[in-house]
Amino acid sequence: MTSEMAMILALVLPLVAAGLSFVIRSAPNVRDACSLAVGVALLGVVISLVPTVMDGGRPEIVLFEIFEGLPIAFRLEPLGMLFLLVVATLWVITTCYAIGYMRGHHEVNQSRFFGCFGLAIFASAGAALAGNMLTLFFFYELLTLSTYPLVTHHQNEKAKRGGRIYLGILISTSIAMLLLAVIWTYVIAGTLDFREGGILAGKAEGPMVIVLLALYAFGTGKAALMPFHRWLPAAMVAPTPVSALLHAVAVVKVGVFTVLKVVIYIFGIGFLTDTKASVWLMWAAATTILLGSLVAMTKDNLKERLAYSTVSQLGYIVLGAALASQWGIIGSGMHIAMHAVGKITLFFAAGAIYVAAHKTQVSQLRGIGRSMPFTMTAYSLGAISVIGLPPFGGAWSKWYLALGAAEAGQAILVGVLMVSSLLNIWYLMPITMNAFFVPPDEGPAYPPIKEAPLFCVVPLCLTALGSLALFFCAEPIYRLLLPLVPGAGGGG
Amino acid sequence: MSEHLAVLPVLLPLLAAPICFLLRNRIAAMGTAIAVCWVTFVAGVVLLRTVVTTGAPAIYELGGWSADVGIVYHVDTLAAFVVVLVSSLGAVVLTFAPQSIAKEIPKEKHHFFAALYLLSMAGLLGIAVTGDLFNVFVFLEISSLSTYALISLGQDRRALTATFRYLILGTVGATFILIGTGLMYQMTGTLNMAEMAAHIRETEGVRTVLVAIAFLTAGIGLKMALFPLHAWLPNAYCYAPSSVTAFVAATSTKVSVYVLIRWIYTIFGTQGPGSMSGVVVDLVLPAMAISGMFIASTVAIFQTNVKRLLAFSSVAQIGYMALGVSLVSESGLTAGIAHLFNHALTKGGLFLAMGCIAYRIGSVQLADMRGLGRRMPVTMFLWVLGGLGLIGVPCTAGFVSKWYLVRAALEQDALYLAVIILLSSLLAVIYVWRVIETAYFQEPPEGKDEVTEAPLSLLIPTAVLIGASIYFGLFTEWSADVAGLAARELLGVVR
Repeated sequence: MTSEMAMILALVLPLVAAGLSFVIRSAPNVRDACSLAVGVALLGVVISLVPTVMDGGRPEIVLFEIFEGLPIAFRLEPLGMLFLLVVATLWVITTCYAIGYMRGHHEVNQSRFFGCFGLAIFASAGAALAGNMLTLFFFYELLTLSTYPLVTHHQNEKAKRGGRIYLGILISTSIAMLLLAVIWTYVIAGTLDFREGGILAGKAEGPMVIVLLALYAFGTGKAALMPFHRWLPAAMVAPTPVSALLHAVAVVKVGVFTVLKVVIYIFGIGFLTDTKASVWLMWAAATTILLGSLVAMTKDNLKERLAYSTVSQLGYIVLGAALASQWGIIGSGMHIAMHAVGKITLFFAAGAIYVAAHKTQVSQLRGIGRSMPFTMTAYSLGAISVIGLPPFGGAWSKWYLALGAAEAGQAILVGVLMVSSLLNIWYLMPITMNAFFVPPDEGPAYPPIKEAPLFCVVPLCLTALGSLALFFCAEPIYRLLLPLVPGAGGGG
Repeated sequence: MSEHLAVLPVLLPLLAAPICFLLRNRIAAMGTAIAVCWVTFVAGVVLLRTVVTTGAPAIYELGGWSADVGIVYHVDTLAAFVVVLVSSLGAVVLTFAPQSIAKEIPKEKHHFFAALYLLSMAGLLGIAVTGDLFNVFVFLEISSLSTYALISLGQDRRALTATFRYLILGTVGATFILIGTGLMYQMTGTLNMAEMAAHIRETEGVRTVLVAIAFLTAGIGLKMALFPLHAWLPNAYCYAPSSVTAFVAATSTKVSVYVLIRWIYTIFGTQGPGSMSGVVVDLVLPAMAISGMFIASTVAIFQTNVKRLLAFSSVAQIGYMALGVSLVSESGLTAGIAHLFNHALTKGGLFLAMGCIAYRIGSVQLADMRGLGRRMPVTMFLWVLGGLGLIGVPCTAGFVSKWYLVRAALEQDALYLAVIILLSSLLAVIYVWRVIETAYFQEPPEGKDEVTEAPLSLLIPTAVLIGASIYFGLFTEWSADVAGLAARELLGVVR
């Protein structure tokens, strides 16, 4: 199988899963088995692509031109490879989890749910593989639209309100700012291809660069840069598997992935360093990091707290992109993977608690670790990874980000990163403490074990172990990302 | 045969109309009309292909009389493009019509409907192909008069007042056009548009020509429902029979925009002495277009009748076309011309979907569409796709037009204009989502009979139009690329 074939398969397989889910309505077992099988196949295909990219291969596919000289095109490069790998791996795990969750919770319209889920994965894969900004924009918008039915799955008043904020912010930022930036780039540069070193160097100058970068950074509403972050907490009305895969991994990561792609391949790292056009973005990101953490501390609803934690963590990735330096970019890229695995564990745990104990508020979780030991242990591991303590994956990405900030001579930013990590501990760890060391509010002090269905518990244990494993296997990711920053030595 | 190709699209429906009327039989009349429409469509496609591949306009002298004494049909890329637009939309909508009008129009009037529909289409096609300014007026009246009658067939009695209003305003517009045409004839001594263009250089600054510009622009503006000359449109669209609304919305205002393009670009040109620059193109058109984009969209948000909502949306979309035309650049004109077609598909599809809904629930009120997402899933899904096209989401035809329009604005360093265009398209999100939320998030009204999905004979034409609006959002060879070609021809750029 050639790499091009594999890329096409990586796009087609999620579509197949979506189609099957819509069609097979009457036999849920067959439908879910199909979803799972397709997911495993996708993972296989994606893994088969890794060696090619490691060896410096950049397979390309050009489909057809929409505008003159602007085709729908795909090109595999390291960052997209990493993102695709994260999405494909976590999709399989989330599908297992979703089967357990949706059935354990007797949700209706499961066919539509899994169908739209497949579409969202298709959109994420398309964004990961996009070879130019137009293609990326297409899949970005498709992702917004395909996740809207998932966010509003319950079709009640609350879902409608959440959906309004979700769609309102994502669509309006992308149309009013991102699309403007894309067309503007095209008018200036005459192309939208992702090229090493960027396409804007020598074409744009002065304040225009800053305006354009602002349009991209804020227009990518999915990156949840404050003040355009409100959609993310609003999206928490969705069933938990959606919050887990889409609003901790696929959707938000497409956002920061877009920002990274724009910084690396549209502006070019060197161009941004020379013009210093991204300095303001560092501070915008730092503000988001701190404010996100501070707001998270005030939230009693577990999913909302996690959502604000995500807002804050996305700020890290944008910060790394804004640093536009070797360590910044590598830290950002790594954080996409590390945060994904850690945060999905936390969401899985939140969903498992909801399925098993019907509890949604942090204040209700006293003593829950005694009846749900596996879930809460996994939660704690995921939390430590998100905080960024060794021996978990999150430690590496935060290390590189801090290194990048130090290298840029921004001592205050290093301070921000450290303070934010402390805040992370503050709002994530008390849940563990209360769950294990405080007796439940009612009932016996040591209630019998009552875990969520196996389909829920096994995936969340897997991802928790995954974040542990990532600490020891960070080196391949590092090597994968290294070509993104030309001129970087093999050191580190 | 092939030398008569230019006249065929007009002749076919024009001759078939009286036949349909004389047939008197409902089925025979509608069958004939549908067959003629599709043949016209094929002729139109062949015509467009010929014009595009040969690279030269098809010229046809009626009765063999040359331009100085007779009427000449002059079919360039733009004209052929509009012929395809009108004939394709006409054919699809008429295929939808038999089942739809069975519920909306008394059976004894169906042959009447078929004849009027063909007449209206012949008039619109005639405007597209003719090279004679007076002939434009004649065909405009043919299509307008038959359209008035078509709208008055609506079952709601308010259709009559709507028609009357359209009749008055439409006649004012037509009269203005006639006065303008007369003044132009007085100054240039010809009615042939190409010759008029040749003589226009000599008339620079002549007050009579300025007055003619004023009359013709206002007249055309009325006909194309350019804000604030749109007063006839909302009620006419709202109370007409479903298929008439779809046909009129998709074609009639578009052809008026075509006349505007001819008027500005073919007769006056955009460069050199005597050209149409200055007030009309630089100020009046953009001002009307932009205010329409915002005000009409805002009004659309507050409508409770979905057909009216779509009608106000049409007024706003006409603004996009007018804005593109007024930018006087290749991308701007491409945007304007491409949006003629793209919006015709989208809005035609949406009005057909409303026809499906009216067929089943007998109402187009927003309140009656509650819970329709579950009861008519296919229709509502098509509606959603069409609505996304109105917003201009990627993968829809609306996105292609928007892309060219924003690009044209940015090419002229008019960042503010690009922002205005994009912001106004956000208003569409609001009115489209109002319908979506009603259909999908509210419980169906109580006490109504169980509603089922619309019949296939209605769904298929709707799906064809909506499907086409998606197809032309991805594959632009025969939409935006041809529009670009037409734009280059009009601007005199050598291909």
